[in-house]
Amino acid sequence: MTTHFLVHEGKDNVGVVVVEDVQAGQTLSGWMMDTNETITIEAKDPIPLGHKIALQDLSKGDTIIKYGHDIGAVVAPIGKGHHAHVQNVKTKRW
Amino acid sequence: MDNLTFMGYRRENGRVGIRNHVIILPLDDLSNAACEAVAHNIKGALALPHHYGRLQFGADLDLHFRTLIGTGCNPNVHSVVVIGIEPSWTGKIVDGIAKSGKQVQGFSIERNGDHKTIEAASRVAKQYVQEAAEQQREKCSLSELWIATKCGESDTTSGLGSNPTVGNLIDKVDSVGSTTCFGETSELTGAEEVCATRGATPEVSRKFLATWQAYMDEVIEPHKDSDLSESQPTKGNIAGGLTTIEEKAFGNLQKIGHNTKFVGVLEPAEEPKDGAGLYFMDTSSAAAECCTLQAAAGFAVHLFPTGQGNVIGNPIMPVIKLTANPQTVRTMSEHVDVDVSGILRREMNFDQAGDSLIDCMLRTCNGRLTSAEALGHREFVMTKLYRSA
Repeated sequence: MTTHFLVHEGKDNVGVVVVEDVQAGQTLSGWMMDTNETITIEAKDPIPLGHKIALQDLSKGDTIIKYGHDIGAVVAPIGKGHHAHVQNVKTKRW
Repeated sequence: MDNLTFMGYRRENGRVGIRNHVIILPLDDLSNAACEAVAHNIKGALALPHHYGRLQFGADLDLHFRTLIGTGCNPNVHSVVVIGIEPSWTGKIVDGIAKSGKQVQGFSIERNGDHKTIEAASRVAKQYVQEAAEQQREKCSLSELWIATKCGESDTTSGLGSNPTVGNLIDKVDSVGSTTCFGETSELTGAEEVCATRGATPEVSRKFLATWQAYMDEVIEPHKDSDLSESQPTKGNIAGGLTTIEEKAFGNLQKIGHNTKFVGVLEPAEEPKDGAGLYFMDTSSAAAECCTLQAAAGFAVHLFPTGQGNVIGNPIMPVIKLTANPQTVRTMSEHVDVDVSGILRREMNFDQAGDSLIDCMLRTCNGRLTSAEALGHREFVMTKLYRSA
């Protein structure tokens, strides 16, 4: 079975798409790398390989967690299954 | 791991090299043309042109000298011809390299001109390349190998696959006593506190955090405009899915493995002198600058994970490229030494990926050219701390 996205740690609220040509409406299978569990989620945007998918609804001001750590702030709402990137996430450092 | 060996070149100072270069080293930008002429005359000699060396002063001049002397002392170098515009600073480089026990001679251009300098330097370079060609490789142990790492044009596949593959190797070679190095001060921003927990002692951790803070205070803060969103992460990083410096930093940190602690913090181009183990070096995150500094500190081989496909090489230190990005494997295969994209498909685990990298590294040490060597990538870039006088 194809693994469409990977999640570094259980606390993470984003996963990384690892296949090409993910389309909106596609049901994706994800591998939780720390627990070895498989989860599924419906993609709401086309998401390129290497780009992040939100695993839950996120509001402005929320923190993106990846590797179990804070990697930036949500600056525009991101619905579960949507593409999380520079259009809705920004560094807290500079 | 204990019984892994390779065939290397033993140097007078006890270090082990994996290449046997005769380098023609310019003190300054003005001497590049003469160095390149010597390398043209003498087959097998390698000129290392660069842009600096005039009117530098203070810490910036110290770093210039340390980088050139360190480059000449690198164990992958058999012998060195130094050419400078004038004899005094040329002599400083020659004397610094001579302390390693290596053969080195210096030539200066003023009162001689390029023609006489090139002739005299070519005669010496010819003798060096003939002697280098005769030197035999000898069996060396993995513990004698100095290994550096840095990642470039990273994307999220770097943090998922290629960087943890390097981390797996670092954990394995640390257990047998190799000397290893990571750098990229600015690129640990966001993960600096987590990185600090990997210091072997509280003193090492404190020194790391002070070094990181100084880079922020002296380099980033005074010069940044609104933000660094087009430089850190780079356009290539963003195209590959990396969104913030924090995300890039946690991916970067995967390169030092899970168990290895760093035992020291080095100045740019500073040779580690506290024995085996992992060292952090204060470097720029620009690939050529970082690799040049690590080679000048004496590292013999380099592990370079890339996501989107950085094509960096170094003239004296073989740079092994690995990637987990299947698009990069498909579109840029001539640059990829180790393909670990199977990690993303769950066809390969980190232990297997780390072992395949060790295998490629040992083959490279035995003489196999890296992709970057075969393609002629010889990026040699001096780090400049501030404008010249």
